[in-house]
Amino acid sequence: MSAAISRTVHQSTLDDANWVRWSLITIALGFIILFLCVPLALVIIQAFAKGFDAYLSALSQPDMQAAMRLTLLTALITVPLNTVFGVAAAWAITRFEFRGKNLLITLIDLPFSVSPVISGLIFVLLFGTQGWMGEWFLEHDIKVIFAVPGIVLATLFITFPFVARQLIPLMQEMGSEEEEAALSLGSSGWRMFFLITLPNIKWALLYGVLLCNARAMGEFGAVSVVSGHIRSLTNTLPLHVEVSYNEYDSVSAFAGASILAGLAVVTLILKTFLEWKQKNERATASL
Amino acid sequence: MSIVLSNISKNFGDFSALHDIDLEIPEGELVALLGPSGCGKTTLLRIIAGLEQTDKGQILLNGEDKTQHHVSQRGIGFVFQHYALFRHMTVFDNVAFGMRVKDKKVRPSESEIAKKTHALLELVQLDWLHNRFPDQLSGGQRQRIALARALAVEPSVLLLDEPFGALDASVRKDLRQWLRNLHHELNVTSIFVTHDQEEAMEVASQVVVLNKGRIEQQGSPADIYDYPANAFVSKFIGQTNEFQLSHFSTDWFDKVGLSISKEVTKDSIAHVRPHDIEITKTTNDTPVTLKDWQHLGALIRIELTKNLPSGKSKAVFAEMPNEQFKRLQLSRGDKVDLKIRHAHWFH
Repeated sequence: MSAAISRTVHQSTLDDANWVRWSLITIALGFIILFLCVPLALVIIQAFAKGFDAYLSALSQPDMQAAMRLTLLTALITVPLNTVFGVAAAWAITRFEFRGKNLLITLIDLPFSVSPVISGLIFVLLFGTQGWMGEWFLEHDIKVIFAVPGIVLATLFITFPFVARQLIPLMQEMGSEEEEAALSLGSSGWRMFFLITLPNIKWALLYGVLLCNARAMGEFGAVSVVSGHIRSLTNTLPLHVEVSYNEYDSVSAFAGASILAGLAVVTLILKTFLEWKQKNERATASL
Repeated sequence: MSIVLSNISKNFGDFSALHDIDLEIPEGELVALLGPSGCGKTTLLRIIAGLEQTDKGQILLNGEDKTQHHVSQRGIGFVFQHYALFRHMTVFDNVAFGMRVKDKKVRPSESEIAKKTHALLELVQLDWLHNRFPDQLSGGQRQRIALARALAVEPSVLLLDEPFGALDASVRKDLRQWLRNLHHELNVTSIFVTHDQEEAMEVASQVVVLNKGRIEQQGSPADIYDYPANAFVSKFIGQTNEFQLSHFSTDWFDKVGLSISKEVTKDSIAHVRPHDIEITKTTNDTPVTLKDWQHLGALIRIELTKNLPSGKSKAVFAEMPNEQFKRLQLSRGDKVDLKIRHAHWFH
């Protein structure tokens, strides 16, 4: 009732400023078209500039295939690890009281606030041959920097916050009464988690995993520092796009870019679906 | 199952929530933990359940030390204030949960579980809702499902946190009656937390009054009402008028029929229930005037003002049956005489 009233009031006050509304919409739309849609279209056009066959052969190059495999491998390792970490962190923060909790919340956000290049450099400083722990790794013949482990570590660091960030507010809002009820009914901790907690957080968890995955596959800055750009060995898909572009192999560069762009579009669609699903569930829960 | 708590203390940081609580609850009682908000009653309930750990002291259930037992091993049923029904499960699955998570060795078969679940749902008169989800139920229905779910594991102790707190007044009245009847039927030792003294008096067989983390008094509702142990209990249980001796003349106490015993000192306070005050119309010069009155159904609540020697005035409340008040034919501003039938002195 009050919402309906405020809506009509809003409309009448804004009606006389019709031109403001339309110019704002035009600016916003124009901006999106100019900076999002046109580049996306260009990526597609460039990728297919020399025909569909050239596009397919660019994608089937061994270097491109290796880059795709490495990207998938990185995501396959980092996403599950960060999912486990995210759930554990969200659980610790929303279910326990302990000293240093606020510090932990701030630290989880650290990868968001640090430039990815710096994150990459941190790992070079730690694990590089001249780094703090470099000697030990050298002695044991383990290569971290300019190798796959470094790429995985950098990606892990960068995609750290996504799952925890999605879960913390939701779990805070839900409270722990349902979980306590399960325990009081004789359930073990694990059963409580799988039967009660997980079903309640599943959509938010999937949402976090999706964002985490998108970033893990698309990360450039930090990975670029630790990878060393060795073709077929340490080039992820984003790095391969850059290398190809620098070598004027534009079909290859844009073919790779089109895969990443496609990933972004799929992510967007799934994200919208998950958001809708979450909203729906919360709407029925508050009935 | 009997419950014995000895020496229970609990601190949250600097805040002392419970202080050396000793409490014995015999088997089969329906006990109310009563107190103002923040008195520690919910914390005490959660400690008995094992949802909160006590800093020191012991919890004995049926003579067995359960202090270190995990909540899932204590054999208690807990009903949460906001019901805490599993929102993604149907009513049936909610009630069956406790039986389904049992160890394989002791878990009943699915058909037994179904039979028992339906029996419990019938007990709370809601079997027709078995395939609904919690968000499709009313508050009173959710409360009864929460109770059925807690009973499904055949707890030896039933603990209820503010069981009627979130319900409409009319639903609350019905559910109180229903809970008492259910307790008669099942006879499982039960403790419920409430801040509503009327609710405690109406439902419980024993009332434990808590204040600031300590037990002020334990007894039957009648005991607590008729023989309050101290000023806090007297004020918290039902309405009371306070007369501080130093504010009145001893003559006045004589006049209204209140005898002053030897223990009474300058700081003593007399607590008088409104229904223990009798009023009569008078033409004498008395310091008491009728200010106003309100209808409370069968009773009339009468607001009087008494002028004090200090020049200030004090509000005094009296209650009497409707009929009796009509016979007095009083109107606002009339002078009245007071007679006090009974008072509790606190020193």
